[in-house]
Amino acid sequence: MVWSGVLVYAENYGRGISKASFELLGKAREIVTKIGGEVSAVIASDPSNIEKYAKDLIMYGADKVVTYRIDVDALSNPMIHRCVVIDAINYLKPKLVMFPATPWGRGLAPRIAAHIGAGITADCLDIYVDDNGDIIQVRPAFTGNIIAHIKTLTSPVMATIRPGVFPMPKPNHDRKGEVVERELGYENECLDLSKRVRVVGISREKKVKLSEAEVILSIGRAVKSKEDIKLFEELAKELNAQLACSRPLVDIGWMDRDRQVGFSGNIVRPKLYIAMGISGAPQHIAGMKDSKYVISVNIDPSAPIAKYSDLFVVGDIYDVAKKLLDKLKEIRCSEKQ
Amino acid sequence: MERGTVDRTSTTLEINPFDLYAIEVAKRIKKLFGGIITAISMAPPHAENALRDAIARGVDRAILLSDKRFAGADTLATSYTLASAIKKLGHFNLILCGEKSVDGDTAHVGPEVAEFLGIPHVSFVTRIVDVGNNKIVVESDYGDAYYKVEVNTPALIALSRPVVFMNEFIEPSMPRISDVLRARRAKIEIWNADYLSDIADTSRFGLSGSPTRVVKAYYALEKGREPKIVKGEEGTTLILKTLKELGVV
Repeated sequence: MVWSGVLVYAENYGRGISKASFELLGKAREIVTKIGGEVSAVIASDPSNIEKYAKDLIMYGADKVVTYRIDVDALSNPMIHRCVVIDAINYLKPKLVMFPATPWGRGLAPRIAAHIGAGITADCLDIYVDDNGDIIQVRPAFTGNIIAHIKTLTSPVMATIRPGVFPMPKPNHDRKGEVVERELGYENECLDLSKRVRVVGISREKKVKLSEAEVILSIGRAVKSKEDIKLFEELAKELNAQLACSRPLVDIGWMDRDRQVGFSGNIVRPKLYIAMGISGAPQHIAGMKDSKYVISVNIDPSAPIAKYSDLFVVGDIYDVAKKLLDKLKEIRCSEKQ
Repeated sequence: MERGTVDRTSTTLEINPFDLYAIEVAKRIKKLFGGIITAISMAPPHAENALRDAIARGVDRAILLSDKRFAGADTLATSYTLASAIKKLGHFNLILCGEKSVDGDTAHVGPEVAEFLGIPHVSFVTRIVDVGNNKIVVESDYGDAYYKVEVNTPALIALSRPVVFMNEFIEPSMPRISDVLRARRAKIEIWNADYLSDIADTSRFGLSGSPTRVVKAYYALEKGREPKIVKGEEGTTLILKTLKELGVV
């Protein structure tokens, strides 16, 4: 059997194609110059959007788009997407399949890999073709302290790729591509599994998307009580910043998981990251080290976060926060007059 | 790391923090419906202590899958082995696990085990909304929003942390001393590759069953920054100056 080209899973669970899917198309174009074959995309969509989505995927780099018409109600059922991707892989026989490493993608892709009996690599930071023509996947392991380069012996090579690591390709409105409409057979055992899952609907929207914030004020263990968080909320507001935190505050239930920066939370890259009372455990550093400018405030001058800071203020975070707040309010009042 | 696999013989093994939530949720479901909680772990023999910890925390039965032939497994081989052991175990209603391990961070094993067993799964579960006789309702993080998902059991649920059970915010606590002492005398069943050979293809265990290979691994070199270090009053002044320079205020 000949495996060829790259297949990108275009993530759409009812809210449009995720940005990360387009980023993967850009990388796929680069990879096919080395391994040959076409760039394909697979998408499940409600019938009303399907044409537009296929056009978008071609515009961003797909040579071929395989589409599946799925009712709106079923679109947020991951077991349906499982059937869709398995069918697309069997149909296209791609050498490499890439998924966005969003929670949705990370829940879906390994199931498909297990079904096919293929190896899969999680949350990759890069992917390249080596001198032997092998596809190599790069990922952090052991809380990011180790970088591993991984080769897959089975076909297709499967990987989830962390959103934001590849640039968004420029859309080309003149690009031409082929659209292939496929259907899921009803004798399909896949569908049997999907009937055992019923998505009731969205239970809550995310309050904040830290990955998109320009300025982040992040607080840690040095905060003494839930009440005290108000002070930092106020400071964040004054700075037009999003309030974030390190893991301990989420673990004790004072802050929402959406606001956690770090290995098991959000990976952020803001223009300015202010860490107050965060010592800088490797798990936290993994989530913020690529920030453009980092200011840290910590009572302990030997806190590990110093190494990852551009400005390090030794002091009590309550003191510094109150003083900053006073000063910022002063500035704001004087501007008004 | 010489073979691109990790040598765990010299490390102390403990329960993955995400899995502690699985134990807590299992205990709460048992309170409502009865039944027994079985903990399964694939690890070197000295992981017995971690399983004793699981028993101290409320698990009824503990099985350690341990064999040199399981070593060097990637997520596919690990999941295949775990799924084989679960098949061997026979009947079950629900499989609970942590969304990922803190060392491997793949989040693969839950979904892969579910696939090998032919049951539905939900990943990144932040809340158990309701549990019924043959279904479970959960809230799952899809990325852009949280979705409420109803699944027929048997099913696999991979838990995030923190996690809410119905309306209770789950906080794994240290086991009581009396439970720790009881767990010391408890039996840990050890299953090897031969024991699973009647229902599994043993060539799919361990390194031989692992299609991914680490070809190169190295310590990540961090770009160190050279921080300007200041104290006290000067600190606040400098922060303000920096905020202005960066155009934040």
